[in-house]
Amino acid sequence: MSNHNKKESLQSKLEKNIFAMYLFMALAVSLAGIVQIVPLFTNPEAVKDEVTLADGTTQSLLWQRAEGQSLDDWKPGDGVRPNTPLEVAGRDIYQREGCFLCHSQMIRPFRDENERYGHFSLAVESKYDHPFQWGSKRTGPDLARLGGKYSDEWHILHLRHPQALVPESVMPKYKFLDKAMVDGDEIASHMKGLSKVGVPYTEADIASAAKAVAGKTEMDAMVAYLQSLGNMIKFEDGVTYRE
Amino acid sequence: MNLAEKYDLGVVKWFTIMSSIYLVVGTLLGVYIASELAFPYLNDLGTDLPYFQFGRLRPLHTNAVVFAFGGSALMAAAFYIVQRTNQVRLWSNKMAWFTFWSWNTVIVLAVVTLPLGLTQSKEYAELEWPIDILITLSWASYLYNFIMTIHIRDRNKVPHVYVANWFFMGMMVMVTYLHVVNNLSIPVDWFKSYSIFSGVQDAMIQWWWGHNAVGFFLTAGFLGIMYYFVPKQAERPIYSYRLSVIHFWALMFGYVWLGAHHLQYTALPDWAGSLGATISLAMIIPSWGGALNGILTLSGAWDRLREDYILRFLIMSLAFYAMSTFEGPVMAAKNVNALSHYTDWTVGHVHSGALGWNIMVAAGALYHMIERMYNVKLNQKLLATHFWIHTIGTVTYIVAMWVSGIMQGLMWRAYDEYGTLAYTFAESVSAMHPYYVMRASGGVLIFIGAIIMLVNIVSTIRKSSSVQSAHA
Repeated sequence: MSNHNKKESLQSKLEKNIFAMYLFMALAVSLAGIVQIVPLFTNPEAVKDEVTLADGTTQSLLWQRAEGQSLDDWKPGDGVRPNTPLEVAGRDIYQREGCFLCHSQMIRPFRDENERYGHFSLAVESKYDHPFQWGSKRTGPDLARLGGKYSDEWHILHLRHPQALVPESVMPKYKFLDKAMVDGDEIASHMKGLSKVGVPYTEADIASAAKAVAGKTEMDAMVAYLQSLGNMIKFEDGVTYRE
Repeated sequence: MNLAEKYDLGVVKWFTIMSSIYLVVGTLLGVYIASELAFPYLNDLGTDLPYFQFGRLRPLHTNAVVFAFGGSALMAAAFYIVQRTNQVRLWSNKMAWFTFWSWNTVIVLAVVTLPLGLTQSKEYAELEWPIDILITLSWASYLYNFIMTIHIRDRNKVPHVYVANWFFMGMMVMVTYLHVVNNLSIPVDWFKSYSIFSGVQDAMIQWWWGHNAVGFFLTAGFLGIMYYFVPKQAERPIYSYRLSVIHFWALMFGYVWLGAHHLQYTALPDWAGSLGATISLAMIIPSWGGALNGILTLSGAWDRLREDYILRFLIMSLAFYAMSTFEGPVMAAKNVNALSHYTDWTVGHVHSGALGWNIMVAAGALYHMIERMYNVKLNQKLLATHFWIHTIGTVTYIVAMWVSGIMQGLMWRAYDEYGTLAYTFAESVSAMHPYYVMRASGGVLIFIGAIIMLVNIVSTIRKSSSVQSAHA
């Protein structure tokens, strides 16, 4: 570069010293990550887990599990909870089959989405999702609030042969889920892994896994997972769930 | 003295050849999964097998085109450019071969594991943890060898490091960060792990990775290719040095912010999405500056486009680069994103970049390197055919996705006169059918173009070796 100043420019110096340039690059590219990502871990508002009810009391959006309660004691609307062993198996299959490539699990706060799929999604609803399954594409509909919309029988028929129930569908057939059994020891080890990354499973939850999935097919697991989607929080009128 | 005596070109030659092979494989997979959306029967072909289903092959398609084809092209180009612009041999030819073998092992493992359903289920980061470790080693060897090669140059001959090298280095640094952080997970067995992040944090980290796989792997790295091969092929210096400096630093600093625009209106806090969208808008300036810098390099030599098809590939790629980098910020704007997100418009956008920019600029570079390294001319008719068939295929593809993506978005939000939703979801799926067929046919053209490229390269290399043995 033709430089009329007496002093050599910083750019020119960097071009001569590759290690200095490396350092500058490494700093330039890391800034955005620090500003955008770190606050999501440090600011509790990013994953807001309690709301103020109309009467002024505070309610947790997480399931308040009493001492000695098992995952089966939870009822729809009790708050966000970890997946049951059968749902863990179902979620593993959901990941394995790449369902997230065509189905989102993230309802945006728009009138049409709220009418088509249900209440918009909250961050806390995927608090125990390692990894997240929000998706990026809707080749098929959003599944964030699928739980309870259809019967188990409907899901089984639909997974076996989607076009039999929805002729326009381009979804693959998942008949093969009928033939494979869920392995109890594997699910227990998966739950152990999940508890290591922060999902609050108790020793008893993990110990119960083998029994909970005994005799279940992958189809049963898949349906259990789909039926669990989106009914953990009971939404009430007049409550601000998101600023 | 010819090039082969002066530089280590063996590894460059093999990366070049592998890249053109992987382009054939990657586009074939693309055609297949695109056809599955048009004709769902192709998912199982009447069998009960899961291995060919969309959900299993789609990650294989993206990995094949981005990391197998794109990665090999980047490695070929980086090892070629770093030697030529610094006038020095590779710091370690052996380490470059390690990069070659480890990278190709990763690709083979991807071909085996992804159809088996072994996946982390994070887009473009599907490969499970043992493969991720191998990627890290391969990438580190690439980075270290590259920097050391620059370091050992003769500073009296080459005091300033050329701009193409900065772009490659920027990519290598950032991709290291992204790959390591996004893949942090706890293994539960050899091929299953759970991300240590969850929900909203995991989403932000995934799209910080996801957008910058595009921003650094497919943009910064390929701009390194552009900054060397456009001036070389045009036989003119780059239009503006100053613009290169601005382009480079603005890209390094700015691109990294954009990931959040993939998560607007989701459960990610609003400020993060808006920040991502705002900086996305600002990125038009450096992107267009860079595109102009490349295109204007031809000032006074425009006539060369008439007969030089390699130059045509390079210049057309810049036109697509300019177009995608305009489209991107538009789609990041909140009100547009509300419509475009979740639709096939996004797929169209990424392909206008991948097909129009990446494949075209890489084809120009691979063709250029083959002619120089083997000291022989490529078949001009095949070059011309590839150029036209690829251009027509690309335009067919992206037009189909633009039209249908916007249609999809409009159908989902349409209300009828009674104030109820006008269309069921299934109606929007069936409306997509003709466009899915059109997209797949655009893909077929691109696939044929990739075969033509491979045939041209292989037959040219064979011709060159027979000429050389005749002289011997």
